[in-house]
Amino acid sequence: MLHDSRRVIVDIKGVAKHYGDGEARVDALRNLDLTVHAGEVVALLGPSGSGKTTLLNIIGCIIDPSKGQVSLDGEMVYDNRWLRGDLRRLRLDKVGFIFQAHNLLPFLNATDNVALVLQLAGKTAAEAQARAQELLEYLEVGHRARAMPALLSGGEAQRVAIARALANGPRIILADEPTAALDSKRAGIVMDLLRKLAAEQDACIIAVTHDEKILDRFDRLFHLRDGRLEDDEGERT
Amino acid sequence: MNLAFRDVRHNLFRFLLTCLGLGLLMTVVLAMMGIYNGLVADALNIVKAPQADLWVVEAGTQGPFAEASNIPGDTRDAVARLHGVAQAGSITYQTIEAPFEGGALRLYVIGYERGRLGGPQTIAQGRGLQASHFELVADAKTGLTPGDTLMLGRNRFTVVGLVRDTMNSGGDPAVFLTLADAQVLQTQLAPPAARVQAARGGSVNDGATVAAVIARLDPSVDAQSVAHTVRQWKHLSALTQAEQEDILIRSVVDKARKQIGLFLGILLTVSAVVIALIIYTMTMEKLKQIATLKLIGAPDRVIIGLIVQQSVALGVVGLTLGLALIMAVKDYFPRRVMLEPVNALALTGIILVVCVLASGLGVRAALKVDPATALGG
Repeated sequence: MLHDSRRVIVDIKGVAKHYGDGEARVDALRNLDLTVHAGEVVALLGPSGSGKTTLLNIIGCIIDPSKGQVSLDGEMVYDNRWLRGDLRRLRLDKVGFIFQAHNLLPFLNATDNVALVLQLAGKTAAEAQARAQELLEYLEVGHRARAMPALLSGGEAQRVAIARALANGPRIILADEPTAALDSKRAGIVMDLLRKLAAEQDACIIAVTHDEKILDRFDRLFHLRDGRLEDDEGERT
Repeated sequence: MNLAFRDVRHNLFRFLLTCLGLGLLMTVVLAMMGIYNGLVADALNIVKAPQADLWVVEAGTQGPFAEASNIPGDTRDAVARLHGVAQAGSITYQTIEAPFEGGALRLYVIGYERGRLGGPQTIAQGRGLQASHFELVADAKTGLTPGDTLMLGRNRFTVVGLVRDTMNSGGDPAVFLTLADAQVLQTQLAPPAARVQAARGGSVNDGATVAAVIARLDPSVDAQSVAHTVRQWKHLSALTQAEQEDILIRSVVDKARKQIGLFLGILLTVSAVVIALIIYTMTMEKLKQIATLKLIGAPDRVIIGLIVQQSVALGVVGLTLGLALIMAVKDYFPRRVMLEPVNALALTGIILVVCVLASGLGVRAALKVDPATALGG
């Protein structure tokens, strides 16, 4: 493991998630362990229904695990201390999301899409606008700051979405098929950008992907099969 | 950052189109309110116009507006001699149809004695009656103008002046004739069957009767005491002005009020359902965006605000369009559409409540959205 000496950002131990009971019970995740360090970019691979999204949802504080421990940036979540509003706040402060289809709000321009997250976190409108512009410049889409999402190219929209994910300086960036809507050249550019961000922001990136062209850009690959996790050497975690 | 405003601005054409639809609905609601007000005002205008304190009518009847009342033509002299009566005048009312320019005008004919109570209070155009015969003053809603002539019964009358907002509770515009002309008209318009009966020796309206005698009292005199005196004449009855207005409201306008009130209730219910459906549909179309908002950490109040603010904006803009539209077209209605500021205020309050309640359906749907749906499956 290349990053063991660095700070642990995501630490999952014995996490399981099941839906339904009795004969209708479906085990989405079974006793799963996962540790991701600052600066790491890891991929979750697996067939549809293998539990990738469930795992992403648990790390993103969207659904509770049925059992096990989850620590995000040193905070133990899903114990009795956490209320729904607290989890929302934790998600706002520590987690950034990058979606398959960018999911920018169509009625806000590029800057406002980014500034919204900052304002939700308590920044003033002026501060949020300034920081959003700064992030867009950093991601080389500053010239499209006033453009509405419908007028952005796929690559530009994904960069704006990445800027939004980075807005509050999250320690964890969860990406759901971040390159699925891009051609191989742009997919490579986005992955290089994510790697750069992970290193510079001291954050970890966990991406669900099926895109084989970009697998060499990840530090580690995890395969989910029947709710169990195997690393890229086939070792079950 | 106001998300509701941004979303509206992004889909402005669609929003305005929806508001226009709602505005048309509001126009109908306001029109119904205005028609009701107009109905009451018109009905009361006729009663209030003579500025009388006392109505002397046929015994056992409730006055000329609720049912037929016929009293001898010389009753006015007797009433005028009563203690406390300052002025008195005879008056007749009847509804007729008169041919005019190839069509028929339905008119509410008021006959009064020139120089006495019962005539038009304000002449809007032209002049009042000066000749003893064959002149008339008409309400502007008749479409007549000074100088026009028309046949009433067997005689041709000339329009010499116009008044405004004078019509009966059925919406028929009034024309004022001299009492003598109005009495002749009553005889001439009697159906042939009545004449046959007259030939057989039956009773017939000989034109010497009037519908009522109206009286203005000295300020120091109690109207009820004069009314009591009149009632002692067994063939007459008397109503104070307040009683006459009350009878008119209860017997003539009440059914129309209930009818229109019920219709208003249905319209407001339809409006509420329409607003609820619009807001619900708008919310359902935004579920992915709402899921994204939740995922990036937006609290529920931001999402509720987005829906409720749009709902209220829809209602307010729709109501404003409705108000503008009704103000633009109200004068083209055949009946008076009378809108008071209190109506607009009341409807604004109702629409705001309806919008907030209607948005509940959308809010419920939005709050149930799982933020996980923003992520792929």
